[in-house]
Order: sequence, then C-alpha cells, then structure tokens
Amino acid sequence: MSAVEVSGRGQAMSYTVREGVLELALYRSPCNEIGSVSLDELESFAAALQGLRSQLHAVIIHSEMKPGFCAGADLRELYRGSQAMEQADAARGVRAFLERIHRVLNAIDSSPLTTIAAVHGVTFGGGLELALACDLIIADKTARFAFPELRLGLIPGFGGIPRLKRDVGNAVVRDLLLTGRSFNSTKAQQIGLASQVVAEGEALRAARATAAQAGKFDRQTSAAAKQFIKPIPYDELNREIEIFCELFSRPAVQAGLKKFVESTDAQPYLP
Amino acid sequence: MPTAEKTLDEILSLAAAHFKVPRERLSPDDDFFKALGIDSLQTLDLLTKLENHFHVELPDYELQGVSDFRTLAGKIQARL
Repeated sequence: MSAVEVSGRGQAMSYTVREGVLELALYRSPCNEIGSVSLDELESFAAALQGLRSQLHAVIIHSEMKPGFCAGADLRELYRGSQAMEQADAARGVRAFLERIHRVLNAIDSSPLTTIAAVHGVTFGGGLELALACDLIIADKTARFAFPELRLGLIPGFGGIPRLKRDVGNAVVRDLLLTGRSFNSTKAQQIGLASQVVAEGEALRAARATAAQAGKFDRQTSAAAKQFIKPIPYDELNREIEIFCELFSRPAVQAGLKKFVESTDAQPYLP
Repeated sequence: MPTAEKTLDEILSLAAAHFKVPRERLSPDDDFFKALGIDSLQTLDLLTKLENHFHVELPDYELQGVSDFRTLAGKIQARL
C-alpha cells in the first residue's frame, strides 16, 4: 500500500498516516492533560479514524512530551470550570464531558484496526485509560502507570475500571484503585498490562515495528479475531459514568481538586 | 544481600548520575529534592531507576514524608 499523506494538526495533538498506520502524536504541555481542547481534537481524530479505516491496518498513539504519555484529565480546568458555575451546571458539564470522552475511547477500543499505545513516563488516570482503549501497550523503561483518582475522592471516569478489569486480575485492579499507587513498566509487563517493555525512548520505534507486523495479515480476519476476543463492556462503562457523577458532587472532591490546583509543586504526582 | 551502607552508596551514585549532579555534592542526609533540584515527577523517575536497579517494587506512597537519601535507602533495603 502506498503511503498516503493525510494529516491533521491541532493545539494538543496531530495525526498523520504513514504506510497504512494512523499515528496520533500528543504534545500538549506539560503532560497531555485532557481538557476541552484535547477532547475536541480527540473527537476529530476519532472521526478521521472512522473515515480512513479502509486504507489503514493499525493505529499508534504516542506522546512527544518529555514527562510522559499523558497525566490524565486536566484537573486545573476541571476545578476552574466547576468553581465558575452552579453545582447543577457543573455536574451536567462533567457528565457531558465524560460522555464525549467515552465515545472517543469506545471508537478507539472498537476499531477494527490494530491499535497500539506507545507509552513512556507518566501514564496516569485518563492517560492510562487512553492506553487501555488500545489493543497493545508498548512501554519504555521510564513508564509509570497509576489510577490516582481516589486521592481526589473520585474513581477513574474515562472507562478505566472496566477496561483494566478486562486485561488484568481483579486483585491488581483493587491494588491500583484502593492505594492510588503507581507502578513501573516491569510490573506492567509482569501483570500482562504491557505487551512489550523497551529501552528509554524506543517505544514508538517498537510500536511501528509491531504495526508493520500486524499489517501482514488479512484485515478482515484480524478485525474478526479482535472483535471475538475483545468485548467492549458497555454496561460497565455507562455505570462508571454514573458512579463518577455521583461522587463528583461531594465536597471531598472539590477539596481534593483545590488541594491539587493550589499545590506549590509544579507537578504534584506523588500521593 | 547488600548492606544498608552499600545500598545507600549505590542510591547516591545512581541519583548523581541520573540527574547529572557531582557525586561528591550528595550526602546521605541531604534533602534529595533540593540536592538534586527535582520535583515530584522527577522523584518518580528516580524511583523507577531504583526499582529497576535493585529489582524491587516500592509503592510510591511509602515515599510520603521521605526527603533524604538515608531514609529512602532504608525503604529500598526493607524490600531486598
């Protein structure tokens, strides 16, 4: 298949097609936090993914930001937004945001193409959820994974719990959720979360090699195999949105967000 | 199993090399945030390096309130 020069470039990310692979590069400073701009652009990406899929065999999502793949939701934007409006309006806004991000991640998750997250550094919260929507996670040695949401009085809201449950044992899910701790790529591979661990800076190269390998197989067969082995837990994903929205209205959440936003550490990633 | 002093020495050397700080400028009781000029994100990076070097897993919440190399070494030693 000849290379197709198709691209889209936004403030937070860009996508290009090279030799049948749609590559999404994330580059919003400091660590690809997912706020309204990122969500708009992820929706454009999801539309491009749908429109181009007959020409593609794989998708790679990676980050160009040094700190890592993605640190999760833009908590500063979330806090500012919730402070600027009545509680009922804030709750509606959060629900709408969650429903939109779920549509994007469901589109990635259910894509007939082979999807690969090439991760490094901080892969926390919504960032881990973005990676979990992919078929394969290739991590370099700097990658760390976490669901720190309980530190804020929340649970993962972008589909992380149902998708993590799909891939690893329940005990691992409980460990991550109930302690909010991070673990490294070695552990990620041990528990089956990461399919490959590579040297620092090598995740994208390994992802491209893996995508090329996936491209050797008949697309219809690959798509059928993927659909067979990778169920999308729609009911649980919807339930997660409900639980998140119930928790969000609690004062403890606003206090947690306030503490995070007011932290003097530029990037308060420690619990 | 290495001694606590050896573990501490290795941590100081690893931290110095990783953050490009002269080894002789680091002491066991230094505040590593200040001595290395790092924030919490870079501390996680150091933690990854130490976990891979010592082949241990150290939950990051065990670093709460830890800011000196000697205490950090004690945490690592407890997992060897």
